[in-house]
Amino acid sequence: MTSQVVIQAIISGILMGLIYALIAAGLSLIFGLMEIVNFAHGDHLMVSMFSAFWFWMLFGIDPIYSIPLTILVMAVLGIATHYFIIRKILNSTMLVQICATFGLAVAIRALAQFFFTPDFRTIKNPIIQGKFEIAGIFIGQPQLYASLVCLIAFILLYLFVTKTETGTALQATAQDRQAAEILGIPSNKMFALGWAIGLSCVAVAGSMLSNFYYVFPDVGVNFSLFAFVAVALGGFGSITGSLIAGIIIGIVESVGGLLIDPSFKLLYVFAVYLFVVIARPQGIFGRY
Amino acid sequence: MQFTYSLLLPDRKEFLEDIKMINNISAKLLEAKNEPLWYFNKNSLIIIGVVVLGLLLFPFTSPSKFAIHLMMMIFMHAVMAQSWNVLAGFSGQISLGHAIFFGIGAYASAYFYVKFQITPWIGILIGIGISGLIAMLIGIPILRLKGHYFAIATLLIGISFQVVFQRWPEVGSSSGLWIPINRESPWSSMQFHKSKVAYYYISLIFFIASFFLVWLLNRSKLGYRLRAIRDQSDAASSLGIHVSKYKIIAFIISAMIMAPMGSIYAQYVLIVDPNNAFNVDISILVLLISVMGGVGNIWGPIIGSAILIPISEFSRIYFGGTGHSIDLIVYGVLIIIICIFRPAGIVSLIPRSFREREKAK
Repeated sequence: MTSQVVIQAIISGILMGLIYALIAAGLSLIFGLMEIVNFAHGDHLMVSMFSAFWFWMLFGIDPIYSIPLTILVMAVLGIATHYFIIRKILNSTMLVQICATFGLAVAIRALAQFFFTPDFRTIKNPIIQGKFEIAGIFIGQPQLYASLVCLIAFILLYLFVTKTETGTALQATAQDRQAAEILGIPSNKMFALGWAIGLSCVAVAGSMLSNFYYVFPDVGVNFSLFAFVAVALGGFGSITGSLIAGIIIGIVESVGGLLIDPSFKLLYVFAVYLFVVIARPQGIFGRY
Repeated sequence: MQFTYSLLLPDRKEFLEDIKMINNISAKLLEAKNEPLWYFNKNSLIIIGVVVLGLLLFPFTSPSKFAIHLMMMIFMHAVMAQSWNVLAGFSGQISLGHAIFFGIGAYASAYFYVKFQITPWIGILIGIGISGLIAMLIGIPILRLKGHYFAIATLLIGISFQVVFQRWPEVGSSSGLWIPINRESPWSSMQFHKSKVAYYYISLIFFIASFFLVWLLNRSKLGYRLRAIRDQSDAASSLGIHVSKYKIIAFIISAMIMAPMGSIYAQYVLIVDPNNAFNVDISILVLLISVMGGVGNIWGPIIGSAILIPISEFSRIYFGGTGHSIDLIVYGVLIIIICIFRPAGIVSLIPRSFREREKAK
């Protein structure tokens, strides 16, 4: 095994890690705002991948151009989720919250299986394809562009949350709902906005993933598991934490698969989760 | 010094409330100590007796094969949901990986029968033992985690078990274990090829036994302690209840109730493979059944199972292969509706006066 192979694994790990990071950022944002873990997050990712797929299949729009449309679809879905379900269980026990989002996950996945069948689909001949070689290291174009777009989206999200007035209002609501309401920040609108932004992150990641990944109803499962791990690792509610955690997970997955046994890829990531939550429950960058 | 007093007041109030709560819990514990464990309400005893008798005599009314199968599935899922309910209802921890114990039960009886020709009846006991042991090993580190962290940890561990069994050659890797057909000695091999009635009775016995066990647990000192931990873990630990120890006990009991269902299912379909035995859908299904019926209520899993299982079995008949997802659509939507409008489950629809009377007796 040469060092080249290891570098190759690290680079492809980082590229995937950036995509995991964006998915996790959406989950983390929603949790930070209202302390609800969206167990349907992976299935929302699946919906966004199907959305990109159908824009390509029906209208011939390449996934890279349909990103704004997919964002629109997912933002509307996010607001609808908040309005019809989450709004009503905000003050319920944690059990009810977990079950409601889990029920949503089951329903979305089953609906996708019913309408789209469990077939694996791919987008043929997307604009971004092929791979190139630098000093013996192969990098897939779709992966590279996907991670770049995710990184840009991540930076935009970070700037929005920290620099704009609305973003500050979001942070205020996350810190203290009642105090924010006294200052005239409508928490209900902020929650809806949080869902819209959280699922927009997923929409960007899903559109870029659909360039090179199979699209099928169960596709979200593994991504959502990685997102949970990333969020726990980075600390629930910390957006920068989820970026670093996403990259760590990507590297652990690919390097672990290379050095030990690729068929146990999932387990290395899970082991990282268990180790972190038992040793340091608030995560690496956790607030509390 | 009016000012300082008013500053102190909220703290004092909180303090008094804490004291009240602790007194409340210790009174309940004392009550549990004095209450006789074997106490039957006459009316409910008659109702339960009639229902059990009806279920015992049901196969003699010459029902169709499907009716027997349906009843058996309802019993099995009620027990599985009850197992989940023991953990969630008594300790407040939400497990998303209960398929682990189903799978271990299924593999234990099948493995020892295939490799060593040990009768599945003993295999069931071995499965219960191994499940309890694994529950202890998993529970000691992760039961300290709270809320979402525990739920996600169990979800990940459940999938890890599936991944490991898919790649473990000793237990047949992905293709699993095929239980050889034995027509000579149906009882010792626990295979009944002529009729399903024997499976019906086996699952009915486990159904009654597990409910009796949970009913006893509910009334025992252990049950009171567990509920005290669920409601107010700080207050309970201040009374000298060892919180994590009792949570682990609840987890072990829960696992031991789950395991025999895996063994029975393995003997019923005569094949165990990791994709079915450790299926995440099992973990989700037991959660949905319990929440549907009512978490923390002994009757919840029965009601939930009696409603949800016929939906899935009938949809399988009417819609064929694609029906697998129709029942899940219905499940998902139903559970969301229950969560929004009736978080306490369908049990809470039964008139309060009726339930209160039962309790007051």
